[in-house]
Amino acid sequence: MSGTDAPDRRRHVPWTAAVPGVVGLTFLVLPLVALVVRAPWSRLGSVLTGPDVLSSLWLSLWTSTVATAVTVALGLPLAWLLARSPVPGLRWLRAVVTLPLVLPPVVGGVALLAVFGRTGLVGRWLDAWGITLPFTPAAVVLAQTFVALPFLVLTVDGALRAADGRYDEAATCLGASRLTVLRRVTLPLLAPSVAAGAVLAWARALGEFGATVTFAGSFPGRTQTLPLSVYRALDQDPQAAVALSLVLLAVCVTALALMRGRWSSGVQA
Amino acid sequence: MRLRAGIVVAVLAVAVVVGAVTLRPGAARSLDAHPSTSAPHVTITVLAAASLSEAFTRLAADVERDNPGLTVSLGFGASSTLAAQVAAGAPADVIATADQRTMGRALDGLPGAAGGSVTPVVFARNTLAVAVPGSDPGHVTGMSSLDRDDVTFAVCAPEVPCGAAAARVLAAAGVGRQPVTYEKDVTAVLTKVRSGEVDAGLVYASDVRPGAPAVRDGSVRALLIPPAVNVTNDYPVAVLPSSHQAQARAFVDALLSAHGRQVLADAGFLVP
Repeated sequence: MSGTDAPDRRRHVPWTAAVPGVVGLTFLVLPLVALVVRAPWSRLGSVLTGPDVLSSLWLSLWTSTVATAVTVALGLPLAWLLARSPVPGLRWLRAVVTLPLVLPPVVGGVALLAVFGRTGLVGRWLDAWGITLPFTPAAVVLAQTFVALPFLVLTVDGALRAADGRYDEAATCLGASRLTVLRRVTLPLLAPSVAAGAVLAWARALGEFGATVTFAGSFPGRTQTLPLSVYRALDQDPQAAVALSLVLLAVCVTALALMRGRWSSGVQA
Repeated sequence: MRLRAGIVVAVLAVAVVVGAVTLRPGAARSLDAHPSTSAPHVTITVLAAASLSEAFTRLAADVERDNPGLTVSLGFGASSTLAAQVAAGAPADVIATADQRTMGRALDGLPGAAGGSVTPVVFARNTLAVAVPGSDPGHVTGMSSLDRDDVTFAVCAPEVPCGAAAARVLAAAGVGRQPVTYEKDVTAVLTKVRSGEVDAGLVYASDVRPGAPAVRDGSVRALLIPPAVNVTNDYPVAVLPSSHQAQARAFVDALLSAHGRQVLADAGFLVP
């Protein structure tokens, strides 16, 4: 796309597309505007400095960051496997990876309990060694990783499949070892899409609710993340719930704004 | 061609918006206030505390059988959630909560003086009990076991009636340790116990009475809490301002009748 035909195309949006498009935009933006309008601005300070809020925010931030790190560590090789390995039936494997993306998160929580719960397939062995996952921050990280992993894998997998393999070939022809090609050519080319996938995964982990409340329970400072605080506050003090939602919104907007440049280039890569 | 398609889309968009505006709960209710003469059919919505699931499901079936043309739509959840929903204008005809505090919050939220004109009636009482998984992994023998470092237990969140009651019982029994999780309602606590994820949970005595499903299938065992440290919750019910007052009243009358009291007693409640 050269810069010259972009403004040309912009003039030709038929209003058959513009009207529903604007309706769609309004539908997306209006709830966010309402959140800002309904926020209890006068007592925002007192609500947000409550002890449970700060511990929830801190817990949310560090668990979703750890979950993102795990996601990158496991997701990058998995995306590689999907994009480059000659294994038959990769289409099905890719469908399996997509599943947590469309699965209701609470089902993910039940599934995690079935594996890592105290009586679960793996959990019973862990329990015998004195390791209990449910109701710990580790369970929060596991739940977040489960729902966030597909975002990274699919982003990187798409980028890998669209990538130009000739750079790798050229480097190999010039005598680079496979490790050098990976380290000096493939990964640097992939970096924008990994960053994009990581931001998506982080945002998804930050907003995780269903799998967390099912698998990790809810205890202030230990497993009660910010979305869980919002849900609890809704019954007790709806205004506080709006204030907490505003915090989540602000964190997400900040993260996306910081990553905007890299994100858009990552989607194109 | 493009213009005609545009008109169609625009009309559809307007129709969606108009539909969304006119199909508010109030508008929907005024529609079925004039039912067709052939089938006078009324649906009332009853919101009830999670602990009432069994009793109200049975009672609703009885009420529907005795009142042809009446459908009782049941919604169960934490009393605090139901109260917040009613206060926010959720369409409901009857609300039954697990304590007076949450009922007060529901009625306080009603518009204008509507809340003041509603008089809740206490129809049942409940106490707490300790629920232990059938396999008893924590070797729990009573309230004092909850103070052992190797025992994990679940309670309801403090804003939920069973959580408020649990906090008082724990304090009265001198248990200084914290639970591992604060669950949204008593059903969630019982689920955590049934699946063996915790060694114990504080639930309602009605949830773990001898005939309760969880006890019958052996997944849960009940330990009684001494009356000296136990608390009793009053369950109030109220008919909310709606266009189905008569039908809503019929449901509450059935609840307060001898048959209703029997259903509640069968479900493990104390009936006043």
